[in-house]
Amino acid sequence: MTVQNDVSPEIVREHGLSVQEYARIVELLARRPNLVELGVFSVMWSEHCSYKSTRAHLRRLPTKAPWVLQGPGENAGVIDIGDGDAAVFKMESHNHPSFIEPYQGAATGVGGIMRDVFTMGARPIAMMNALRFGAPDHEKTRHLVAGVVAGIGGYGNCMGVPTVGGEVNFHASYNGNILVNAMCVGLARADRIFRSAAKGAGNPVVYIGSKTGRDGIHGATMASAEFSEDSQEKRPTVQVGDPFTEKLLLEACLELMETDAIIAIQDMGAAGLTSSSAEMASKGGSGIELDLDRVPQREMEMTAYEMLLSESQERMLAVLKPGREAEAERIFRKWELDFAVIGRTTDTGRMVVRHHGRVVADIPVHALSEEAPVYQRPLARPARQSGKPAYDRTKPIAESLLKLVGSPDLCSRRWIWQQYDWSVMADTVQWPGGDAAVVRVHGSNKALAITTDVTPRYCRADPFEGGKQAVAEAWRNLTAVGAKPLAITDNLNFGNPEKPEIMGEISMSIDGIADACRALDFPVISGNCSLYNETNGEAILPTPAIGGVGLLKDVHRMARIAFRREGDAILVIGETKGHLGQSLYLREIEGLESGAAPPVDLAAEKRNGDFVRELIESGTVDTVHDISDGGLLVALAEMALAGDMGALVSLPADCDPIPFFYGEDQGRYVLGVAPEDAKTIAAQANATGLTATLLGRTGGDKIAVDGAGALPIGALRRAHEGWFPAYMGADELPPTN
Amino acid sequence: MKSAVVIFPASNCDRDAAVALEQVTGEKPAMVWHADTDLPDVDLVVLPGGFAHGDYLRCGAMAALSNIVRDIKAKAEKGLTVLGICNGFQVLTEAGMLPGALMRNAELKFVCKPVGIEVAESQSVFTRRYENGQHIVFPVANGVGNYVADEETLDRLEGEGRVLFRYAGGDNPNGSARNIAGIVNEKRNVLGLMPHPERVCDPLLGGTDGRALFEGLLESLS
Repeated sequence: MTVQNDVSPEIVREHGLSVQEYARIVELLARRPNLVELGVFSVMWSEHCSYKSTRAHLRRLPTKAPWVLQGPGENAGVIDIGDGDAAVFKMESHNHPSFIEPYQGAATGVGGIMRDVFTMGARPIAMMNALRFGAPDHEKTRHLVAGVVAGIGGYGNCMGVPTVGGEVNFHASYNGNILVNAMCVGLARADRIFRSAAKGAGNPVVYIGSKTGRDGIHGATMASAEFSEDSQEKRPTVQVGDPFTEKLLLEACLELMETDAIIAIQDMGAAGLTSSSAEMASKGGSGIELDLDRVPQREMEMTAYEMLLSESQERMLAVLKPGREAEAERIFRKWELDFAVIGRTTDTGRMVVRHHGRVVADIPVHALSEEAPVYQRPLARPARQSGKPAYDRTKPIAESLLKLVGSPDLCSRRWIWQQYDWSVMADTVQWPGGDAAVVRVHGSNKALAITTDVTPRYCRADPFEGGKQAVAEAWRNLTAVGAKPLAITDNLNFGNPEKPEIMGEISMSIDGIADACRALDFPVISGNCSLYNETNGEAILPTPAIGGVGLLKDVHRMARIAFRREGDAILVIGETKGHLGQSLYLREIEGLESGAAPPVDLAAEKRNGDFVRELIESGTVDTVHDISDGGLLVALAEMALAGDMGALVSLPADCDPIPFFYGEDQGRYVLGVAPEDAKTIAAQANATGLTATLLGRTGGDKIAVDGAGALPIGALRRAHEGWFPAYMGADELPPTN
Repeated sequence: MKSAVVIFPASNCDRDAAVALEQVTGEKPAMVWHADTDLPDVDLVVLPGGFAHGDYLRCGAMAALSNIVRDIKAKAEKGLTVLGICNGFQVLTEAGMLPGALMRNAELKFVCKPVGIEVAESQSVFTRRYENGQHIVFPVANGVGNYVADEETLDRLEGEGRVLFRYAGGDNPNGSARNIAGIVNEKRNVLGLMPHPERVCDPLLGGTDGRALFEGLLESLS
């Protein structure tokens, strides 16, 4: 081939490659790369695609269990859920694009993660979203909330996949760098899982889906650098989504998967055609030849560089068994999608790309994948925050509760989830507002429970405990509906890994996650890292979001958070020491973000959870809520609001009311139980070394704390439901308190 | 009762409709592709919810021009019973099989929630198993569900007892004229409604108020 050497040091820098990385490329090629090849290396070696800063640390995560059918490394992870069924899931970020162009950024995030799941042969059955926005009073926040929510709804609703839950936080650290993490869960037959290894030579490589345009070029590179003031200029790197085409692609792919024509299949996500073809060849131990003249194109006179790096959406690459092209083409034509044979696999171990009859790139596949750099970046242990902050002991309990339930992080998210179709597919058993969403496995009596969790303020105070807590809370939320937690996907959102203190946060969080996964038998089966979440040098709170999936064997043995019967005994399982450090009470009432993060005792977590789950499975208990943000009294208020039924509780002897009611001690659940069962359950708990506290009973139309006042449900509801619509609708910001 | 469910490109409630039909009638409906020219011999055809053709141009506009809708229109004139739910309602207005049009919701946002509905008229094959004035709960899930028509048409619909379902209790989720949630044609064999009865046929999913609609059809058409 003729190598035009138009690559200058400036061009290398603009591609986000270091001098050392460039030297290594020259060594691997045994010559200097041309511009097309440089582009290919730049995306494949970007942080986003190569995980070069985190790969060495991610190896510490437990990824195996007898029920894990596919761990990290594929488009999504897969677990066995019995009866020949498998659950396929993954969570992925679309942070940078969503900040620049919230509607399209969030929409294509949803589209991308759905493709990851249906590429594996699964029909998507549920979506979740973990969203982090800047402070409510920041000038961009409202616009970003509106755009992201509309984008998620616009894409997911059209796909006909219910969006069943998620989480939303506001914090000033996200002012210039919001987080949009989307999780998709799909259902497949355990013996019909599709993977991406393009094994064998001489097999046709087919392109299916939308045409290729110039959108999203270098999206992966953008996601691997910090933002600065001029980030709006990066709008052209944001992709544009078309959920209509994706819906057709979903149905066409599932139809093709009914045949046995596919050897390997992979979606074109970040770094598009380059990444999908290189990864498939790498995993299959083969080579690949592509002819760009055959790629369906949306625009005129696209260059090889543009086609290889385009991140146009709704595209897939598949390797078929020879001779099956016509059969596959018939299916894609029926769904009015593009279909083209654009190359074949080889045994050369090289990725060879032709355009206008000339070879424009010729790269050993291993140089793009196995040889991608792995860094042991210097890390500094971040200082853990410690101590017990002082607080005003005279603040009235009831008044604080009203403020908390109406605060931005605890108020109702109804304004958001009413814009998502959560009931399509007619299997959504628990929709947003509970501890975990519950979606029935179609046509069966079992169901999947799904949750996303992380408490970034804990992670900032203590990345290790925060990492543990995120996993423990996901496990607890699944347990609280009665599900057996099976596995997680992790979406690690951090700042610039080239800063030792950020790298320290990453490493310690991973250690915390790993400890909790091991203790709770809750392996990581897929995940995604999003680094460089900084603007003008300011990093976000460390946010390792955890998506958890559990199984309910009998969907009729399930708990909900709503109080159901007047006169039920209210029982708290788990010990309340009154840990106020890093609590929402301190932040919202005292204006403090300080103190130690609540420690997670993993052994107690497991004991308490297993105890609660058995009560649900045996049909003894159907009313459960975990205690998390805001503490015990907020949990009670949420149960009262959901059931439209009050409660009367009293403070146990020798307890300090504010820490008792608002502390965020971990590993706790509130149960509503039949009064005749309460004593037995408490005795059982005590006998096995658990703490069970009888707190009061349900009934009436108030949350009443003996000797500390009462709040009518109506007033709580106005506060709880009021903040979001007022915030999104008002010209003036509502008071946050 | 033999039934069929049409699948347009990006229909997404076709399976939900089929499941509800099978639960109530005990028989699987035929699934019919939009490009087919002939509807099989059935007593009922359902145009399901979704985003046919991506809602591009106008919701239901392209689906209304499909081969299958041409055949359904001809057969409906001869008495075939047609049920259009959500996107199916939009297709029926675009095809001229029902008067009026669906506009974007008054608040300009997609809305998915259970809503209180009043059965405004029980004299029809669709509502015969409900009582006049009965209050039921169906979920809505639409961004373009705001029913509009000129005053004369609205007066006629009401005067002729062709408004079968209305949003009740002051909760009109999309700004529809006169709280209209569902209407029938003059012959009373074609119903379009925005809420989703097929999503409330199973107690586990939050209610069973939708079953009576399918039971009424089964009773009338068997």
